[in-house]
Amino acid sequence: MDAVLTAFGLVFDPSVLLVILAAAVFGMFVGAMPGLTATMATALLVPVTFFMDPVPSLGAIVTATAMAIFAGDIPAAMLRMPGTPASAAYADESFLMTKKGQLDLNLGVNVVFSALGGIVGVAFLVLCAPALAELALNFSSFEYFWLACLGLTCAVFIGSGNPVKGFVSLLFGLSVGCIGIDPAAGVPRFTFGNVDLMSGVNFIAVMIGAFAVSELLRGGVELHQVGHVVVPQVGNVFRGVAGVLRRYWLNFVRGSLLGTLIGALPGAGADIAAWVSYAVSKRFSRTPEKFGTGHLEGIVEATSSNNSAVAGAWIPALVFGIPGDSITAIVIGVLYMKGMNPGPTVFTENPQFIYAVFIIFVLANVVMIPLGWAAIKSMKQVLRIPRTLLLPLILLFCVVGAFAMTNSSYGIVLMLIFGVLGWFMEENGIPVAPMILGLVLGEMLEQNFMTSMIKADGAWLAFFERPIAGSLGVMTLLVWLLMLVRGARTALRRPAAA
Amino acid sequence: MTELNRRSLLRAGAAAGAASLLALPARAQGQYPTRPVTLICPWGAGGGTDATARIIGALLEKDLGQPINVVNRTGGNGVVGHSAIATAQPDGYTIGIITVEIAMLHHAGLTQLTYKDYTPLALVNQDPPGVQVSASSPYKDIKALAEAIKAAPAGKMKASGTGQGGIWHLALVGWLQAMGLQPDHVRWVPSNGAAPAMQDLAAGGIDIVTCSVPEARAMLDAGRARSLAIMAPQRNPQFPDVPTLNDALGINYSTGAWRGIAAPRNLPDDMAKTLVSALERAYKSKEFTDFMHSRGFGTIWAGPQEFADFMGKSDRAMGEAMKAAGLARA
Repeated sequence: MDAVLTAFGLVFDPSVLLVILAAAVFGMFVGAMPGLTATMATALLVPVTFFMDPVPSLGAIVTATAMAIFAGDIPAAMLRMPGTPASAAYADESFLMTKKGQLDLNLGVNVVFSALGGIVGVAFLVLCAPALAELALNFSSFEYFWLACLGLTCAVFIGSGNPVKGFVSLLFGLSVGCIGIDPAAGVPRFTFGNVDLMSGVNFIAVMIGAFAVSELLRGGVELHQVGHVVVPQVGNVFRGVAGVLRRYWLNFVRGSLLGTLIGALPGAGADIAAWVSYAVSKRFSRTPEKFGTGHLEGIVEATSSNNSAVAGAWIPALVFGIPGDSITAIVIGVLYMKGMNPGPTVFTENPQFIYAVFIIFVLANVVMIPLGWAAIKSMKQVLRIPRTLLLPLILLFCVVGAFAMTNSSYGIVLMLIFGVLGWFMEENGIPVAPMILGLVLGEMLEQNFMTSMIKADGAWLAFFERPIAGSLGVMTLLVWLLMLVRGARTALRRPAAA
Repeated sequence: MTELNRRSLLRAGAAAGAASLLALPARAQGQYPTRPVTLICPWGAGGGTDATARIIGALLEKDLGQPINVVNRTGGNGVVGHSAIATAQPDGYTIGIITVEIAMLHHAGLTQLTYKDYTPLALVNQDPPGVQVSASSPYKDIKALAEAIKAAPAGKMKASGTGQGGIWHLALVGWLQAMGLQPDHVRWVPSNGAAPAMQDLAAGGIDIVTCSVPEARAMLDAGRARSLAIMAPQRNPQFPDVPTLNDALGINYSTGAWRGIAAPRNLPDDMAKTLVSALERAYKSKEFTDFMHSRGFGTIWAGPQEFADFMGKSDRAMGEAMKAAGLARA
């Protein structure tokens, strides 16, 4: 109990609170800038933390990342430009809502459910970190292989409309993911001797291209046409949010739980959590046909999920020093530097620091609401800028973001190529989201398949021998079977109806 | 009101970025460096190389009075970043941290670059590999493990720690050869780095991980893994209970990953001198020593000439090991 009191003392020190506030503003800014990710926010903070005490340095990271993951939703909703990859899953849906004139409600939902989802994640971090970490520790390449398969299955749900076109997009993403050095044998593939291609195709640069640049191209074409221009209302963003909570509380709970769990799994973070939650939400929705038309349900689930994953990722990081995502990979380094060696001992040796981290997590999610409100209000002014000025400005931000991903012009080239490509795809009814998912999960799928086969000396049954892998495998196969049966049934029914 | 909010937001963002600049002492113009220096890191943010680059960057910044920007150029097993350093202008405003991979990549046929394409400045770190097993493994010491490896049929035991042909793979190969076994007697399972390999070890997916002891530390502290030996000439003072291969098995085999600071080839001598003396002060500073020790990283100093010799030796050793393992393609 003493440790908890000490922790409160450590956190509620004016200088620490000031650091948290500054980090919050910094995180908001980074998150709202497309291409600047939460991971990058953390990396930028590291040199600053060299010269800081443990509590403020961890507080800065915790706050900045929580804010960044939320702030990524703002440009996604306003401009169809996900600010961080974690918002990519529902960028389309959010933007469609905006087109329907529901920007206020959408952003209000984003900020409130991000904060609530974050708090659920923290609750799990506080209450059952050791148990959840123990579960996550049982995952080896066999389990991850099935998870990647399940993740790819989501593509079927996120690509609205024609499943064949969704598959085309997914397979294209998987093929593009093959470019670079192959994860198992270390052999370069499709690189044509080009050094940049050896690093593969950066999915964030692709994401900026496929979502934002393609939207700019569309905007450019329609520049002088009247109509469909968003009327920026400066209304109350919180109006109607309580009703949403009453209506979609199940989505919120499911999204937060799934997000925490996915976050806790090493190698899968907030972005994958959002994709999976969005797909789950559509799969179990009573009105799946509304998805892809600017429907709130999936957004509620996914926006809760990605913020709970931020806290979830700390679970294996604190208990075993295993990063739950790319942010905590950096955090572990900072923990060592501050003499808080991760491991079960961190809870006994320096409990006051860990409690302080927990308190900051809660605090960060609470201040997210007023700060998020301020960010939304100020960002809304952006929509008042005439489109002839706004579009080139957005392009500028896209270029900066894409450059930042590779620290070279290679990122910009990728962004432009996939911008044009994404535009052509969407004009022909091929969704871009499955392509991004294929790119994100392709390497995970391949790497885990290859390492599993090497470990098992080529025996296929090994994918079902371990208890968790076996259950996941059977589950995946069942899902696929159900989908096939359903597809076959509709195919059979169609000629009969005609 | 809203206008004000946006401005304050932007201002705060800009202030966060500028804060580090303002903290610098002013310096006389004309003397190198007169503008910010880029320090390229070929590995991702958050890893050991990135952390080393950033602490050195922070210390050089204080010393030289100019901002040192650490820029991560990742991918291609390190080829992208190493190429970026080698192909930059040798004007003193781009330097980089180069790692053991520069002695390996050209043997694997992934690049033409060798250590000769750089102006070596200073070697700052070397970490030997350890031999880690899961806490539930039946092998309590390195002797038992070595005997089990010898007795097992080829390919039965699995080890991991990095990608195919990576430094920890070569460490395993070298150790197996020193025991008179075939390089693939223990099968290598490529992984995405040491942390995923340690997790797979704890999850029961593999038998051995040959990453460095600091990389394995969290799992060791958590009681999920045991470190049985290190492949170094001496024990690590931070892990005094872990014997060397020589102590325990009488095998005189040692290797290691290293990191050093280098510039593109043909860096003017006066700039090299400025950088080397600043690096030496950084290396000797309390901040650097404390930082490296807190992460468990080994420290070693070698100036330009010794660093070049060291890299030449490393290059030959890696070439031989890779040829023996059938990993060399060039």
